[in-house]
Amino acid sequence: MSIAAHNRRRLASRARGAALTVVTWIVALLIFLPVGWMFLTGFKQEVDAASHTPKLFFEPTLEQFAKVFDRGIEAYLLNSLMASGFSLLIVLLLALPAAYALSIRPVRKWQDSMFFFLSTRFLPLAAAVVPIYVIARDIGMLDDLNLLIVLYAAMNLPLAIWMLQSFMAEIPLEVLEAASLDGAGFLVSMRRIIMPLLLPGIAATMVICFIFTWNEFFLAVSLTSTTAATVPVFLVGFVSSEGLFAAQLSAAAAIATLPVLLAGWFAQNKLIRGLTMGAVK
Amino acid sequence: MTIATEPETLRSGGAPGSPVARRGSRRDDRWRRRAPLLPALVFAVVVTQLPFLLTIWYSLQSWNLLRDDGPTFVGLQNFALVWTSAPFRDAILITVLFTVSAVVLSVIVGMLLALLVHRKFFGRGVVRTLLITPFLVMPAAAALIWKTSFFNPTFGLINWFLGLFGVQGPDWLSTFPGASIVLVMVWQWSPFMMLILLAGLQSQPEEPLEAARVDGANGFQIFRLLTLPHLRRYIELGTVLGAIFIVQTYDTVYMMTNGGPGRSTTNLPFFLYQTAFRDFEIGHAAALGIVVVVCTIILSTFALRMFAKVFKEAR
Repeated sequence: MSIAAHNRRRLASRARGAALTVVTWIVALLIFLPVGWMFLTGFKQEVDAASHTPKLFFEPTLEQFAKVFDRGIEAYLLNSLMASGFSLLIVLLLALPAAYALSIRPVRKWQDSMFFFLSTRFLPLAAAVVPIYVIARDIGMLDDLNLLIVLYAAMNLPLAIWMLQSFMAEIPLEVLEAASLDGAGFLVSMRRIIMPLLLPGIAATMVICFIFTWNEFFLAVSLTSTTAATVPVFLVGFVSSEGLFAAQLSAAAAIATLPVLLAGWFAQNKLIRGLTMGAVK
Repeated sequence: MTIATEPETLRSGGAPGSPVARRGSRRDDRWRRRAPLLPALVFAVVVTQLPFLLTIWYSLQSWNLLRDDGPTFVGLQNFALVWTSAPFRDAILITVLFTVSAVVLSVIVGMLLALLVHRKFFGRGVVRTLLITPFLVMPAAAALIWKTSFFNPTFGLINWFLGLFGVQGPDWLSTFPGASIVLVMVWQWSPFMMLILLAGLQSQPEEPLEAARVDGANGFQIFRLLTLPHLRRYIELGTVLGAIFIVQTYDTVYMMTNGGPGRSTTNLPFFLYQTAFRDFEIGHAAALGIVVVVCTIILSTFALRMFAKVFKEAR
């Protein structure tokens, strides 16, 4: 092959690469458009949001966000935060020891337990919501944040156990053995070896669980009404706006979305592991 | 409890290789190993399994919470009623249609996205971040935004865009409610598929690809003969996991169409919600719940088998 032909081919392949890059960027921006548009519209006046030709340039205002807070979103935010926070705490307290008993000092037939937990994750909420509603009604726990906390903990427990188990299984056995030969007891090797190695895994697990609790809708809508209602329930108030209040609605949606967006972007390298419960790394 | 006394039992699962001890102490050890697992096990059983048993019991009762006369046992009547009712059959059909089309389309879109992002190019990290975003957005919020800013016939971006070409777009949510919902589902779930398939692509060994290239295979042949078979397990995993979550879709339907127009987008979860919390027919709703579970169990069996496979290979 002549040098000229070789160069020509390399040039062609580089041009194709550049074209593919442009295509990729266009596709990515298109897919991001609804989210970008949501944030943009949140900073508009209602007249700008309701124009027939979409406005890309306008005078930004915080008015819509102020209105959303006037409607009292902070109570819902607080409920969401507490439901997520406390359920994560319960999940961590239950899942950490369980993962330990499933990987580092495993019980007999530990795989069976793993699959039992997994199967509870696949059981649809629809199957349990009716009796939960009836029981909650009878013991006065409807519209009570504690109920959501317990249910969210149960929802995330299998995920957390599978993820933590997969992280613990990665701790090299030799390290633990060396420590125990050096006379390190359970507490010492827990604090000095397991915990430091596990910390990134715990953080990733918590972020994934947080995404699921923060965005949860079905249980929140079915089991809460006013005092314990979470952010998704707040959004229900905009359902029948029929295209009016697009700006205010976008501001509310942006506030509702932001915490999980930040958490997810932050943990994106561990996202896939969480979504497949540790099956894909 | 110390690891120091018996380091050889780490990760051995109490295998026959563990040191022979007196029977009593072995049983002690077994319980000591089990103890950290028990709280989680008990919690999962109480919160997830007991309600399910109650669901079975309620499904055999005739019980409307609005008439305060309590439950009466009616046997399998609820199932017969549910099974023969047209709304229920429609809901099943709609659920299947939604799930199959959303899963298939998001696997295809996810595959294209994964192939695009797998190359090295300028701004790859940013593009990846942009692409996973739809999956992170609260589904209820996403549905609202799509409904108000995109599908709306007068102010929506879609019809504005069509208008540029002189096309008068329809009122999407009343003309094509199902397709609109599926579009939003695909938008949300393609990133999920992309992430799984990207992990698959990155795990593919480089040498066979190089060899094929040297042998003169073109990109499409390499994809069909080498990459696709390699990705098979990842596609399966994505399909099954996606199906399990998409079958349960509720927020999108609730926010975008509220099951309508008519019942045209009322899928099983939404139908169950209406039965339980609008009509307060506890018996019917419980029977519906059981049906949903049976469907999910069929799907989950595939999922569990797949996990077992991946799990075994990882050890």
